[in-house]
Amino acid sequence: MSSLNLVAVFVENKPGQTARVTKTLADAGVNIDWVTIANSGGFGVMKFLVDKCDLAVRSIKAEGLMVSLLEVLAVEVDNQPGALQSVAALLARNSINLDNCSGFVVNNRAILVIEAHELAQARTVLQKEGLRLLTQGEMVKL
Amino acid sequence: MFWDQELETLPRPALEKLQLKRLQDTVRRVSQNVPFYQQQFAALGIKPDGIKSLDDVRRLPFTTGVDLRATYPDGLLAMTRDHSVRLHTSSGTTGKPKALFFSAKDVDNAAELIARSLVMTGITRQDVFQNMMSYGLFTGGLVMHYGAEKVGCLVIPAGPGTSDRQLMLMQDFRTTAIHILPSYALYFAGFLEQKGIDPRKDLALRKAFVGAEPHTEETRKRIEEAFGIDVYNSYGLTEMNGPGVAFECEHKAGLHLWEDNYILEIIDPITCEPVPDGQTGELILTTLKREAMPILRYRTRDITSIIPEPCKCGRTHCRLNRITGRSDDMLIVRGVNIFPQQIERVLMSMPQVGRNYVIILEGLDDMTVKVELSAVGFDGQVEHLTALQSQLVEKLRAELLVKPKVDLLPPGSLPVAEGKAKRVVDKRSI
Ligand SMILES: [Zn+2]
Repeated sequence: MSSLNLVAVFVENKPGQTARVTKTLADAGVNIDWVTIANSGGFGVMKFLVDKCDLAVRSIKAEGLMVSLLEVLAVEVDNQPGALQSVAALLARNSINLDNCSGFVVNNRAILVIEAHELAQARTVLQKEGLRLLTQGEMVKL
Repeated sequence: MFWDQELETLPRPALEKLQLKRLQDTVRRVSQNVPFYQQQFAALGIKPDGIKSLDDVRRLPFTTGVDLRATYPDGLLAMTRDHSVRLHTSSGTTGKPKALFFSAKDVDNAAELIARSLVMTGITRQDVFQNMMSYGLFTGGLVMHYGAEKVGCLVIPAGPGTSDRQLMLMQDFRTTAIHILPSYALYFAGFLEQKGIDPRKDLALRKAFVGAEPHTEETRKRIEEAFGIDVYNSYGLTEMNGPGVAFECEHKAGLHLWEDNYILEIIDPITCEPVPDGQTGELILTTLKREAMPILRYRTRDITSIIPEPCKCGRTHCRLNRITGRSDDMLIVRGVNIFPQQIERVLMSMPQVGRNYVIILEGLDDMTVKVELSAVGFDGQVEHLTALQSQLVEKLRAELLVKPKVDLLPPGSLPVAEGKAKRVVDKRSI
């Protein structure tokens, strides 16, 4: 499958929560490849791309934290101006709303991580356009 | 099913005749033995012979919680202390508690009312009854215990807390019925979930009796769904024996108040005038069979209404609607009267909301409702959380007419009380 899962953790927005979660993952021997943290008022949501999803979920649960898997798409785009715009425009043309989008460049490859409600539809649209979607395995090997 | 079919289905005229006779006896006894009532009667010109109809109860003075504290420890006793065999107290948040004395007959009679209450939901001597209420000075444990024993159940005096031991008892002795605080029942459901126990398959539970905390219909449904059992609302207060004052029958449509033991009135708490049947007001209770410590027209502070229609079960004792709040619990926020139950109703109707919450009042007059998410409350999407948050704010605003702040929290982050849950924290500086 050309989709991948992020491990999403729901925490109270108070000092020490990030340290608590990352320590849990480190103790379990889970490697974090990518992370994003969003705080909204009293709570925060951390999303991790990790090498061992199941182990990550199990150990976070055992720590008494609330965790869920979140399916996202990772699409590789040209590392040049206008690349993000073209993907955004493509999705908009197909009435797909982006919930969250983040990107990074590694080894001169540009990767966009996309969250959308209509994930299956987004996948089809991107693949039709000839864009490459990365698997979980490919992402952690970048 | 009936425990005492004759009394429970006594035709109204006979029931009222019995009430009048017992009221006259009670008034005569307190006028002979209780200085507190003697003084009040003298001031109001009341003579025991003057009580000729049930309506005359309205000429009698009210008894309040303040009176019980003022006459502490034994000022309301109608018999010498050596006739009493048991003492219970009602916990006061500050100062002295209220002390309640029971004669041997009172103890037996309280058990009798519990027996009626349990049997009308289908409890039999085959049941294994785990009493998860606190024993000791609080009436919830012992009074229920004696009643369940009277029915012939195997009673397990587990007391509250220590969920691991509760579960062990339930499994080892195949517990079929529990008596539990609603807040603890919700917590315990979460505990079973965590342990991977499916109460429908792994336990023999059939029924739960919940009381001692006002709670909503939504909370009852949550507990029923979490355990796969029938949950019955029970009402009582220490001043009136504790549990067993009013219970639901198998129809779960209001609580039958045992009128051969109590006269009930519903009054407007401000004017103290009676309200028409069906209208909401403060419940006033007069004991009719209490020997050691009869109490006239006790102001329970509990807000409820009478269901005037007869019940399908055939009992003639009138039904009360679920208590919507204790007037002592009422909050005033920005000039608006709010009962914590209104907030609970909104929260418990949302599947994404978990089982624990707390209402915090702070600053000048700001209300924050902190709620834990349920297991289905988090799917990884921040947008769903912020949407839930604004939905809760909007629903609460519509219900309360005051806009609160809502904080979403992970399960297990709010403190759990061993006894009654503390749902309101008032830190206001005004
Ligand atoms: Zn009934």
